[in-house]
Amino acid sequence: MSWRDAGPPAALVVIFVVFAALSSQFRSIDNVQNIMDAAAVLAVVTCGITFVLMMGSIDLSAAGVMGASALTVSLLVANNRNDNDLGILAIGVAVLVGAGFGCVSGLALVFLKVPSFMATLGVSAVGLGVATLMFAGVQPNISDAMLKSWAIERFLGFSHLTWIAAACLVVGWLIQRYTRLGRYAFAIGGAEEVLTLSGVRVQPYKIAVFTLAGAFYGLGGVMVTSQLGAGLVQAGDGYDFSAITAAVVGGTLLTGGRGGVLHSAVGVLLVVVLTNGLVQVGVSPYWQGGVQGLIVVAAVAAAVIPQRRRNQVVK
Amino acid sequence: MSVHVDQEPTTSVPVPVPALEVRGLVKHYPGVKALDGVDLVVRQHEVLGLAGENGAGKSTLLKALVGLVRPDAGEIYVRGEPVKLRSVVEAANHGIGMVFQEQSLVPNLTAAENIVLGSEGIAVRRGLYRWNAMRRLAQEQLDKIGSSIDPLARTDTLSFADRQMVEIAKVLRIEERSQHPPVIILDEPTSVLESKEIETLFEQIRRLREFASVVFVSHRLDEVLDVCDRVTVLRGGQSVGEVATAGAVPGELHRMMIGSSGSDDHYHGNAAAPVLAEQPRLSVRGLSGKSFRDVDLDVAAGEIVAIVGVHGSGREDVCRALFGAEPTTAGEILMDGKKLELPGTRAACAAGIGYVPAERKTEGMVGPMSVAENMTLTKQKARCSGPLVAPKKQATLVDSWISRLSIRTPGRDTAIQRLSGGNQQKVVLARWLVGGDIKLLLLDHPTRGLDIGARSEVYRLMRELAGSGVATVLLADSLEEAIGMADRILVMNDGRVAAEVACPNGGKPSPLDLVKEMV
Repeated sequence: MSWRDAGPPAALVVIFVVFAALSSQFRSIDNVQNIMDAAAVLAVVTCGITFVLMMGSIDLSAAGVMGASALTVSLLVANNRNDNDLGILAIGVAVLVGAGFGCVSGLALVFLKVPSFMATLGVSAVGLGVATLMFAGVQPNISDAMLKSWAIERFLGFSHLTWIAAACLVVGWLIQRYTRLGRYAFAIGGAEEVLTLSGVRVQPYKIAVFTLAGAFYGLGGVMVTSQLGAGLVQAGDGYDFSAITAAVVGGTLLTGGRGGVLHSAVGVLLVVVLTNGLVQVGVSPYWQGGVQGLIVVAAVAAAVIPQRRRNQVVK
Repeated sequence: MSVHVDQEPTTSVPVPVPALEVRGLVKHYPGVKALDGVDLVVRQHEVLGLAGENGAGKSTLLKALVGLVRPDAGEIYVRGEPVKLRSVVEAANHGIGMVFQEQSLVPNLTAAENIVLGSEGIAVRRGLYRWNAMRRLAQEQLDKIGSSIDPLARTDTLSFADRQMVEIAKVLRIEERSQHPPVIILDEPTSVLESKEIETLFEQIRRLREFASVVFVSHRLDEVLDVCDRVTVLRGGQSVGEVATAGAVPGELHRMMIGSSGSDDHYHGNAAAPVLAEQPRLSVRGLSGKSFRDVDLDVAAGEIVAIVGVHGSGREDVCRALFGAEPTTAGEILMDGKKLELPGTRAACAAGIGYVPAERKTEGMVGPMSVAENMTLTKQKARCSGPLVAPKKQATLVDSWISRLSIRTPGRDTAIQRLSGGNQQKVVLARWLVGGDIKLLLLDHPTRGLDIGARSEVYRLMRELAGSGVATVLLADSLEEAIGMADRILVMNDGRVAAEVACPNGGKPSPLDLVKEMV
């Protein structure tokens, strides 16, 4: 951790203190619980996308993959559309479906040389298509007790979803720190050419990183289904760009090689605290979107100041 | 320069097999013969120097030795066995490793990870990192060179010299792979080191000799003589000689590097006598930047001034600074007596300065765009009437320059990347001419990668422009080119102007006169 990484946590503290000073509503225990619960799904999705961004690639497939996994899980657990009742197994299948979509993105990148931007955009559309087919015009409402309880029941004040998200962050951090996959994802973003010159075949790792990210989106889709009590095609709406925003605000560079899961966790909290705080201090809903956007751009501009140089090409 | 020369190690083997031997290596590139039958012998436990001018084939030879370039003909033998090297990994398996000129470490990984990268062994089991084992493995390598770097430090927090040690430690991993004494190639390792760091590096190299063979490449010949046991000199893709360093002097090596041919005739045109106006067209005073200090430079209208210097002398940065593309910390640049408000390249363009960059493909042209677009990229006014592009005006303008510079292209709408290098370069030059307001041209290696025919056309063009009153600053590809083209030569050394040599027709200096000041 260098001083460059201190910015986002500092910003989080500042924003939190400012909102807490302005609004007694904001600093209530209830609201802190709300913030954490609201951050849960975004944290899981961002955790996955972080590995892709660390490589210097981009992933726009989250929305589609989450839709597909949401429909998968809602049709496999006890529901009003069929007689399936696979319980926890269904959740595993939905995560695998997500991993499969991620794997397709990786394969398209490595073998068809499709840039990740387009490959994942395509996979997102395919995911939405698959979800729509499964939806087939009739919304599957879930009756699986465990899955429904995730969003409702609390442990130590936080919903199960929040604890699942925390577990995901720990797992993500372990992967990043203690596996070759995580370290190579980091290294690919730093200097891919050097890896090749050192005799490392980077392609399998790229595919694996997209697969891993897909698995996280898959779990994200399951979590949204738990919140909604039903499988919707639009389960992942907006999460693709929110996750990228959270990761970048947390200090992960889109050019790769910097950042990580913990950075992203901070970024997620920044985004969620901002959204929540603006509501609590009474900023008009008409203003919120614009204000939030400005703050995000300002945060990123502050983050890249140390790296600016003359005649730099920014795309 | 007293050097202790290690003789052949006294082993029981009657005639020791060379650690590495190259016979008759040939490599063609389009238009160039980079290697033309090179021979090279690296004995066991010796430090072999490799010397040669730019373009002598050094880097191609090194790349062939680590499997990055596949030779068209010739043989490479490792400890007497013929080998085919198809990749860096294969070369490493044969015990050959290289410390690259541009450092090849992943900046955001730890030193330890970089050292074991690609051959992690016990440090990674089933994809899981074992940081303790990794630190131990890295420490073993660092111990070999007696380095005290923290293996778990992030590489980009280390100094350049420390990173180089990491790189050497990394290369030494091949010892475990091949189970033989390795051959370590160091490509220009000293170019960015301070003198104290260089001394440390040399101690390191002498230590390496105990258990490895070393190939050392440097532009600084005193260093080569200092640290090497033997030097092989390359010229024009061939090995032209071998010198035992004991008692040798840099001058001897220079003569072999440059050869007896001297300057080629085709450089010598009828240089127009410079217009001796009251004030010089370009006048630079005390210009300082990251890699150069206190540079003074005057160029008169019609004059060609060449700046020469070895790699790292700072001349490229000076040239870019004149165009506002490199930050400066002090000094001023005057055009016709008026101070230029740099930084930024717009001020330079507006003042009538043109820059032809060395990296033509990435900085000089927009490959997929047409000849016409490339030619009118900067001087938009020349092709516009009002705010809009006037197609007829553009066509007339571009066609006239195509014929004036005899650019061989199927038409003005052809993508520039389909032209030959020489014709591309003419289009890049024309970009500065179409506005009709060019006063000073900065030519950064304008003939790089061009064949002889194209070169002489570029030379003719430079002469014509100088004749019409354009002042020129030239960073030449070779000393001969600088001597042949320039009216005056500035020699740069370590960021400073070391000498200024008049270079009139009929009184040209010899390359050796310049080399004296360069090193």
